[in-house]
Amino acid sequence: MQNFEYANPKTIQEATALLGASWSDANLLAGGTDLISLMKEELATPKRVVSLKGIKDLGGIHKSGGGLRIGATVTFDELLENAAVRAEYPSLVEAAHGVSSPQIRNMGTVGGDLCQRPRCWYFRGGEGLLGMKNGKSLIPGGENRYHAIFGNGPAYFVSASSLAPALIALGAKFKLVSASGNREVAADKFFVAPQNETTREIVLAPNEILTEILIPSAKGVKNATYEVRHKEALDWPLATASVALTMKGNSVANARIVLGHVGPVPYSASAAEKWLAGKTITESVADEAGKAAVADAKPLSQNEYKVQLARVAVKRALLEAGGKKA
Amino acid sequence: MPDYSWPPMEKRRIVGKRTSRLDGPDKASGKAKYPSDLNPPGLLHAVMLTSPHAHARVKTVDIAAAKKFPGVTAIRVISGPGTEVQWAGTEIAIVAATSEAIARDAVALIKVDYEVLPHVVREDDLGKVGNRAKAAGEQVTGDPDAAFKEADAISENLYSIPVITHCCLEPHGQVIAMKGDKVDYWPSTQAVSTVGGDLAKYLEIPASNVHVQMDYMGGGFGGKFPADRWGVESAQLSKESGGRPVKMFLDRETELTIAGVRPSAFANIKIGAKKDGTIIAWQSQSWASGGFGGGGMPPLPYVFNKIPNYRLNHTAVSINAGSARAWRAPNNPQASFLTCSAIDDLAAKLNMDPLDMFLKNVGLTIRPDTYRLQLNKAAEMIEWKKNWRPRGQNKDGYMRRGLGIGISTWGGAGHASKARTTIHPDGSVEVELGSQDIGSGTRTVISMVAAETLGLPISMIKVKIGDNLYPVSGPSGGSTTVGGVSSSTRKAAVNALQKLYDIVGPILNAPPDRLEAVDGKIRMIGNPDKGMSWQQACQKLGVNTITEMGENDTKRTEGLNTGGASGIQMADVSVDIETGVVKMNKLVAVHDCGLVINPKTAESQVLGACIMSVCSALMEERVMDQQTGRVLNADMEFYKLAGIADIGDIVVHMDITPDNDKRGVIGLGEPPAVPGVAAIANAVANAIGVRVPSVPLIPSRVLAALNGRRNA
Ligand SMILES: Cc1cc2nc3c(=O)[nH]c(=O)nc-3n(C[C@H](O)[C@H](O)[C@H](O)COP(=O)(O)OP(=O)(O)OC[C@H]3O[C@@H](n4cnc5c(N)ncnc54)[C@H](O)[C@@H]3O)c2cc1C
Repeated sequence: MQNFEYANPKTIQEATALLGASWSDANLLAGGTDLISLMKEELATPKRVVSLKGIKDLGGIHKSGGGLRIGATVTFDELLENAAVRAEYPSLVEAAHGVSSPQIRNMGTVGGDLCQRPRCWYFRGGEGLLGMKNGKSLIPGGENRYHAIFGNGPAYFVSASSLAPALIALGAKFKLVSASGNREVAADKFFVAPQNETTREIVLAPNEILTEILIPSAKGVKNATYEVRHKEALDWPLATASVALTMKGNSVANARIVLGHVGPVPYSASAAEKWLAGKTITESVADEAGKAAVADAKPLSQNEYKVQLARVAVKRALLEAGGKKA
Repeated sequence: MPDYSWPPMEKRRIVGKRTSRLDGPDKASGKAKYPSDLNPPGLLHAVMLTSPHAHARVKTVDIAAAKKFPGVTAIRVISGPGTEVQWAGTEIAIVAATSEAIARDAVALIKVDYEVLPHVVREDDLGKVGNRAKAAGEQVTGDPDAAFKEADAISENLYSIPVITHCCLEPHGQVIAMKGDKVDYWPSTQAVSTVGGDLAKYLEIPASNVHVQMDYMGGGFGGKFPADRWGVESAQLSKESGGRPVKMFLDRETELTIAGVRPSAFANIKIGAKKDGTIIAWQSQSWASGGFGGGGMPPLPYVFNKIPNYRLNHTAVSINAGSARAWRAPNNPQASFLTCSAIDDLAAKLNMDPLDMFLKNVGLTIRPDTYRLQLNKAAEMIEWKKNWRPRGQNKDGYMRRGLGIGISTWGGAGHASKARTTIHPDGSVEVELGSQDIGSGTRTVISMVAAETLGLPISMIKVKIGDNLYPVSGPSGGSTTVGGVSSSTRKAAVNALQKLYDIVGPILNAPPDRLEAVDGKIRMIGNPDKGMSWQQACQKLGVNTITEMGENDTKRTEGLNTGGASGIQMADVSVDIETGVVKMNKLVAVHDCGLVINPKTAESQVLGACIMSVCSALMEERVMDQQTGRVLNADMEFYKLAGIADIGDIVVHMDITPDNDKRGVIGLGEPPAVPGVAAIANAVANAIGVRVPSVPLIPSRVLAALNGRRNA
């Protein structure tokens, strides 16, 4: 780990003033469950670390305009214990619960989850975000069992956040604040597939802070998340699906289906969403929707199984949202 | 000669009783200090620079900048110019500094120039390893070709089990101080009495100059016998830093890369039987790699080694990866998995219940009666007859349930061990051995044996182990410790007691050979009123102590310990056939281990071994990348291990019977780590109706098998 200066600001304004134009100037520290490992591996080498824990305004969950406003430093545990979240957003609860270690749920924050770096073992092993060697990615010809089945490269890692698919499906917005102003970004626009080694997988700029997450009301929106996990303890999902269904009587008026851990950004299954409109959720409808959701998948040499897992995740999330326990 | 034999089962007060490990509270509370917890005054920290290349020649090593770095006290080049590095992670240089952070920063300043050479880091495709393969000669018994012609059913398949690592909670390493030619050494080791000699050899000093101390250690599993390069180099760094102690423990990545692995095993197995299930023919072409040294030859056919006709071919493959070390029952888990999978597949071909198939063939093993009993016992525990269905028939929606069998054999006789028992005039008792408790409960067992022998409560016995100044006791390998230390302790305690009888006898007016030590008293056999308390007896020593030795002589164990341990495990799993995720319902383990000194810690050994088997069957594998030559999952995130929620129910049955008891003590550290993988793999085949030929049984492989593909 390289030496760094540590700052502990009390306000958002103080914090933004401490950030710089480049990632090597300053990094934000929330729960530290990812940043500290990145720094130990020297994948992050900030001159300054700016802690967010002293900033009261970044915490708390409250009602806002019919929906919810979740502060960026709310931990997984706080999210899981919140009555309003539990009442309306089971998909978010399931996603947060899936983060499989009590220690990480206790320390890790919503903002940190959305801004964490990919877990690709080539990236974490020091081969760069895209794993490029001599102008060619190591991943298609390498060990890619956990990699992307969507996207056409050059990024083959999978977006790590478990909360992102649920938040996208629920139509959340993220508020980003810098010294020069604020902006609101729709959750699905927050994630981008980098085209080269120097860009990032999120639109957040080095001088910005993700301050809060705004989720619209989910009254009457049936939502659920299904994760396929190889094991229960300390592990990542192999594929997840978060769905949000706006109902009209017994049939689906509008569907959002977002897959996680399958591409460099959470994957919105728009064909399946369209196909589902007007349908009633049954076992076979859910199965068909799952099939439609993965129709465009392009697996790599070792991860064809993830296509099946993603399909099953969609099916089971839909059945669960539709009240038909998978 | 005194009678050392174990007291009869019904007379034992302590041995054979479930006893909590004595150091449990200290371990749980953090009071127990492991080598990696030690921070003696003046401590320096060492960090190694390792090779990023799997195969390379070192051209130059420039340590000038690192040497000048403030806080650095010494630097040593381990692999100098000209050295051919054969695996990534090879030790290149080591730096000692006043803090670990400084040592790391200094390491970053070392410049190494390599000539990178071509590497091979994978052995799964034998066709791609070229001249890295070395065939062992063919072995033939009987007439396998003719026997296969006579067979009514033949099953042929290629099975594989990958390289895994030891994953010790405490990595390899030590704190060490070398002043002149004297060394104080606190290693995390399985070999307190011998590791000092190993170190001394490399330092070219007399073995007696090395003082080894280790009270606790965080797991070894066969990987922690030698002093290792980092131990030797740390000693030199200490010497070059004026004798200040140097601490060096591998970081997790290096631990998983170079500190030892369990070799892989691949085998194309053809096996044939008569209609009634009698196995008559076996043929296997196996290969394996345990790293650059090759290594790892599974003993095939496993346990059923009296199959009358067989042909064996084995090839060792050398790859550019860290070397093998003993791993809990070396080569046995692999052999059990390969053999039991083949037998299970053959049973399926014959439409036979594999339990019947195993029972039918126990005559092909060296202990037919024991295995028959154990198979029946395990079947009863898992309710085999009620729960077993033919392959793929136990369905509930997308879930499939299945049962499977695995088998094990092992030695486990006691190693050479010397113990010293001292009785003090105040009645206190010390037992000293240059042994170690590697987490298996050795300390507790020694106390129990001494207490039993002397008729005292455990609390009166002070066990001193973990120091090579104590009498020499063997390394903890091969499941030999419990047999060794219990026998030597028994003998030393009996010898000391005889001396006490000699003093007390005349005072009680009783012949010394008519005395017994029971319930804190020395009294006359058959006349309990004629006696005195232990305390009173010891006071008669005046200012003297009694100090007596006891020795386990491996050639003459006098019935105190023996080898030959059988075991059967059966697994009950559920498989989600849409996702390929396997869930453990239950694993039952039936093991005979002779006279069981402490059923509780013995059971813990089995539980731990079963958990390791669940990991190995369902999750664990070292992932090598042919492009970079490196281990991709040298961390605890993608090197997957089970957590509590993943292991299911584990039910242990120790075969404690008068017949087994008569055999004396048998080691149990390794045998229960053998059959689990086979049992789980067979249970999955039974559940889903097809064989998943390669473990770990990860979703990709399970789904591929369900889709009729061999590979994921
Ligand atoms: C073994 C393991 C398993 C895991 N499993 C899962 C899983 O299943 N699903 C899952 O989603 N996650 C999983 N995680 C990851 C975990 O959820 C993240 O590490 C955690 O959410 C990060 O939160 P944090 O507060 O600790 O972030 P930090 O480590 O403090 O920060 C992470 C990154 O986000 C940036 N950052 C943090 N907060 C902000 C902010 N408000 N604005 C802008 N940037 C910010 C930091 O600068 C840093 O780059 C797992 C982690 C491990 C180690």
